[in-house]
Amino acid sequence: MIDISQHFEFILGSYLVTCALVGALVILVNRDYHVQEKRLADLEAKGLRRRSEENKK
Amino acid sequence: MSKNASIEPTPQDLGFFSRIAHPGYFLQWSKYWLTPLTIITVVLLAFGTYLAFFNSPADYQQGDTVRIMYVHVPNAWLSQFCYAVMVVASVGSLVWRHPLADVSAKAAAPLGATFTAVALATGALWGAPTWGTFWEWDGRMTSTLVMLFIYLGIIALWRTFEDQARAGRIIAVITLVGAINIPIIKFSVEWWNTLHQPASVFRPDGPTMPMSILLPLFVMFFGFSFLFLLLHFISMRAEILRRRVRALERRNAQRLREQQS
Repeated sequence: MIDISQHFEFILGSYLVTCALVGALVILVNRDYHVQEKRLADLEAKGLRRRSEENKK
Repeated sequence: MSKNASIEPTPQDLGFFSRIAHPGYFLQWSKYWLTPLTIITVVLLAFGTYLAFFNSPADYQQGDTVRIMYVHVPNAWLSQFCYAVMVVASVGSLVWRHPLADVSAKAAAPLGATFTAVALATGALWGAPTWGTFWEWDGRMTSTLVMLFIYLGIIALWRTFEDQARAGRIIAVITLVGAINIPIIKFSVEWWNTLHQPASVFRPDGPTMPMSILLPLFVMFFGFSFLFLLLHFISMRAEILRRRVRALERRNAQRLREQQS
């Protein structure tokens, strides 16, 4: 590894901040998607269908 | 028209571009992109981080803090690109009233806010050792901070309205008004005396940096751009599902009312 002792704390801090913020975004986006997927599956399990899907039948 | 005919056109009734932008069809085709996009994103970001720490030399002026540029520049680019996506989507929403345009604009806002926050934070961490200050109220930094507030305002507005179609039209107008900030960010370094340096990659006379620094920068640039595309697809899919859930919940409530009466 190249010696990055010069301003190491600022370099490390930048990558940690990026990992934290982008990592949180990735987790929240994925969690939101799975929550919506589950809510839709639960409603469909109750026999509810969108009008356009009912009209297809 | 038969009693049961659907008012909503099916994907098969539409032309190519309308078809790929049809919410139902979008859910179908976009799911096949998620795994390849995840693989490309992870590989590019891992390779870019390796290049940033093990292959990039220190800059002759910035020293090792040039490594901060490999995360700062892609996020600064995406902070503006996300807004450009929202502007295009807003035009689609206002002119064609396309439901997927609304969905795209809403899904891009939190992504843009995060990339802008990362750009501001890493810029401050680069500025402290290089300029001797974390923050300066100059044109580039102030206009980027304003953009973060615009993103946060738009996210708050989406959460304020119950009727998402109405929200989409109002927020589309606000998004177009806020677009005035994009050229201000871009040209602030030329219009005013600022600490922030002017463009050093995309210039008429070519980049001002060697290939050993350009390579990790481009790899990270593409890595973060693919990350945006991936997250945008997932967010759009989540938003379409959320709207379907709302529609079904309304139908369920209506059905319960009818049963009670």
